[in-house]
Amino acid sequence: MSDAITRDDVAHVAMLAKLRVSPDELDRYTSQLGAILDHARDMEALDLDDVPPTAHPLPLVNVFRPDVVRPGVDRAEVLANAPATQDDRFRVPAILGEEP
Amino acid sequence: MTDTAVPYLTAKHGIVGLDEWELVVGLEVHCELATNTKMFCSCANHFGDEPNTNICPVCLGLPGSLPVVNAEAVEFAIRIGRALNCDVHSSVFARKNYFYPDMPKDYQVSQYDQPISADGWLDLADGSRVGITRAHMEEDTGKNTHAGAGGRIHGADYSLIDYNRAGVPLVEIVSEPDIRSPEQARIYVAELRTILLAIEASDAKMEEGSMRVDANVSMRRLGEDVFGTRCEVKNLNSIRSLGRAIEYEARRQVDLITSGERIVQQTRHWDEEAGRTRDGRSKEEAEDYRYFQEPDLMPIEPGQAWIDRVDAAMPKLPAARRQAMAAVAGVEPTRTAVVVAVDRQLDELGIAAIAAGGDPSRVLTHIEHNLAVEGAGALSPIHVAELTQMEVKGELTATQAKTVLAEMLTTGIAPAAIAAAKGFETMDTGALEAMVDEVIAGHPAEWADFVAIVAAGDDKKAKKLTGFFTGKIMQTSKGQADGKAVNALLAAKLNAGG
Amino acid sequence: MSAIELARSIRAGERSAREVVDGYLATIAEREPSIHAFNVVTAEQARVAADAVDARVAAGDDPGPLAGVPIALKDNLCTQGIPTTCSSKILEGWRPPYDATVVTKLAAAGAVSVGKTNLDEFAMGSSTENSAFGPTRNPHDLERVPGGSSGGSAAAVAAGFAPLSLGSDTGGSIRQPASLCGVVGVKPTYGLVSRYGLVAFASSLDQIGPFATNVADAALLLEVIAGHDPLDSTSIPGPVPSYSQVLSDGVDGLRVGIITELMGEGIAPDVRRRVEEAAEHLAQNGATVGEASVPAAMFGLSAYYLIAPAEASSNLARYDGVRYGLRVDGATTAEMMENTRTEGFGIEVKRRIMLGTYALSAGYYEAFYGKAQKVRTLIVRDFAAAYEKFDVLLSPTAPTTAFRFGEKAEDPLSMYLSDVCTIPTNLAGQPAMSVPFGVGDDGMPVGVQVLAPALGEVPMFRAAAVLEAGAPS
Ligand SMILES: [Mg+2]
Ligand SMILES: [Zn+2]
Repeated sequence: MSDAITRDDVAHVAMLAKLRVSPDELDRYTSQLGAILDHARDMEALDLDDVPPTAHPLPLVNVFRPDVVRPGVDRAEVLANAPATQDDRFRVPAILGEEP
Repeated sequence: MTDTAVPYLTAKHGIVGLDEWELVVGLEVHCELATNTKMFCSCANHFGDEPNTNICPVCLGLPGSLPVVNAEAVEFAIRIGRALNCDVHSSVFARKNYFYPDMPKDYQVSQYDQPISADGWLDLADGSRVGITRAHMEEDTGKNTHAGAGGRIHGADYSLIDYNRAGVPLVEIVSEPDIRSPEQARIYVAELRTILLAIEASDAKMEEGSMRVDANVSMRRLGEDVFGTRCEVKNLNSIRSLGRAIEYEARRQVDLITSGERIVQQTRHWDEEAGRTRDGRSKEEAEDYRYFQEPDLMPIEPGQAWIDRVDAAMPKLPAARRQAMAAVAGVEPTRTAVVVAVDRQLDELGIAAIAAGGDPSRVLTHIEHNLAVEGAGALSPIHVAELTQMEVKGELTATQAKTVLAEMLTTGIAPAAIAAAKGFETMDTGALEAMVDEVIAGHPAEWADFVAIVAAGDDKKAKKLTGFFTGKIMQTSKGQADGKAVNALLAAKLNAGG
Repeated sequence: MSAIELARSIRAGERSAREVVDGYLATIAEREPSIHAFNVVTAEQARVAADAVDARVAAGDDPGPLAGVPIALKDNLCTQGIPTTCSSKILEGWRPPYDATVVTKLAAAGAVSVGKTNLDEFAMGSSTENSAFGPTRNPHDLERVPGGSSGGSAAAVAAGFAPLSLGSDTGGSIRQPASLCGVVGVKPTYGLVSRYGLVAFASSLDQIGPFATNVADAALLLEVIAGHDPLDSTSIPGPVPSYSQVLSDGVDGLRVGIITELMGEGIAPDVRRRVEEAAEHLAQNGATVGEASVPAAMFGLSAYYLIAPAEASSNLARYDGVRYGLRVDGATTAEMMENTRTEGFGIEVKRRIMLGTYALSAGYYEAFYGKAQKVRTLIVRDFAAAYEKFDVLLSPTAPTTAFRFGEKAEDPLSMYLSDVCTIPTNLAGQPAMSVPFGVGDDGMPVGVQVLAPALGEVPMFRAAAVLEAGAPS
């Protein structure tokens, strides 16, 4: 398996997950995540080379829905739950980033 | 002609001034599927409704909601795959994770390592073939409206989000980097659009965003085998802007390379007004999408029976139709008239008219030049055949035939009846000669010039004066004179006068 | 009184649903302040619902198998118009515009919801200490945790706030608190109960299931909530067998295996002893008892703590301050999202989001997430091999009885180890339940876990019913 998780790794995943962490928290998370990942190294004892992955416990395939329109939810009810709205839309602060 | 119609292949492939360079383009085309409902919920898939009226817990990504695949979206995706000569596979959905406010779950359900279709190709009207890497299913995002800064994202004060489009089913069609000119890119997109319409999988309207094109563009020196660093150009809202953007981007990259600079792999946005691409996010600082199999959805295994059913119901696609039209007419499938015939859905008419005894070359000419109108497909092929026969027999001049055809379109009456009613008869040579003499007599100075110019061998001026006299004679004959006969008479008179 | 008896007597008109619910609401009013099982008690709605049941009985209609039976719902089940918080600040005040499928089914069966129960934030935890609204206390000892994450639902039933409750189980979140609180808790086969309206933690592992004071009530509640739901793509099609009808079938001839890997180091001796007694009791009732081996189960914890956080990191991305719940403003949308998530999520949730993000990120996917998925395959295989020899398996539900507040809060790994016995079944998508079986040396309840292969609820309930009858008092 790979090297121990570093402070920089934790800072990077925090950025990806849109979480801000203080330098103190960064230290704490680094050691806690390190301990958990270290425990996960017990898997190295297993020979997994020819083992296929299991992503899901169910063997179902082709679960479909007919292409028929059904009523959705009431816009007013949904907008009432929103932090900010305007002109029947959800309002957010300026979006500066490029669309991926 | 609309902007999205086939750009007929008159333009030279390649880019003027970049003879030493090879352009390499791969296209990613997103098309919204023409389903009744969204990809994973039962909300209407409908463009242009009041904001946030086609929404439900699923497409709003409300906590606790779960997706269920629309069977019709899968059907359309398989159709697209088969129409593009792809293998249709068992496939799974994956989550593509990134934060963006128009994406309600902050991940997009897409297909990653197991797309439904892969390894196909598309044969284009210019005779070239472009490989299709994959065509996978995914969901669309909502729509942001930026307030302030003239609707642009940069400098906007805030944005408003409408989720009606969120969750609309998409198929993303990724081509191989096989495209070598802006023209070819345009032909590719036009061809794809024709196919999508033919199989009724999408309404493919670039102006409404139901078909969106991103271009991966790179340049390399002729003879080089490795690809250059590519840039992805987005925001291409028409086939015209696609061609312009690729050409711009090609020149920009060559300028950079020749001035010793490095191309940075990045996303660039086409600015239609300014006619240039602009910096976007650099791919080097690209996001890490953390794809993993979508645990809320089960795999799709279409199976051979489903694929066979789709194949059996597949309409004849443009490439095959061009072949058929060309074979019947005895010409190459890349002939403009053939391409136009298929593009305007007039190939069936053309084939039937030729089968009914029509003159192939005249049938194609009418389709290419005289039938760019609504309802042309409803013409009787027998009438079209009769029309060309009358032309062949010299019973109608080209101009008269055009007039008769226009009348056939509005009335549906047989050409002979129209010609008779209009009093169209080919002038006998004597009457025509009298008319030519009359026109010459009426313009003595011009005629003297004409004779002198022809004698001097000034072709350019001679051509101009030929036009002048032909025009006058046609005018006098009210279009009934046969152009060829007039030219022959003029030539004879010039010889006699010279 | 059992839920079954309550429903029978209400349907028969012997007592009113209103008097029943008022009785439970009175108990809640009395003891809830010291236990804090609920995030919200919906007394008014409960009375209205009870009155409606009584009106139907009066009109000669049958209000359903759970007529007038009060039930508490874990606060990660969507309830239309009623706040659904997942015990997180980030969802505070959110009122879903729709009901979870199980909530709709309960209403159709005549059940009366009395409130939404506390949990570890987003069901991440094993003690209910991770709730943003304060911990729930164990009714058997207020200094101890009720377990988690469905600690509120377990405590509500143990404290007599409702005869029934629903929880969700991703790695043991029903069974472990059931064990610690001395009640019955069932994690059904993955796909047996619709997840539609259950706020997701880890989608390939989450299942909703019942808590009850007795096995028969749990079987009835499972019958009510189970069944195919077209709104959940991972819902198993086909009819649901009657579990209630097999409870008196006994265990004669049933092959029972004790999972040796879950009886060793790390399991408290008093707990181990109870499991051995349980096995003896089953043997006395005609079961064949042997030793079963599920070697990969030992690696379940490692696999689980990569897979569950990975899925969670994606499931919890949507809490971004745009559409619902908390928003902490910022100059840009990106800033606003970061502010909202930083303030809205608690420490454990952030820890798991970061862990899962890391496990999926470029360069680490194969080493962590990919490897964990392979271990998942081994666990499925090992269980399959064990179930060739046995109809059901037996193990402790939790390694210890209820622990004290703060005992494990600062050491995430030690907390995670309390799920070691329950996690493997979630990874395999199989059913398991915890049945109270006496107490430990500290006098706190011990639960014995009965495990079964996928859709093996029938033999699981048969064994559970026999265990219940033989539980030491
Ligand atoms: Mg895409
Ligand atoms: Zn929807």
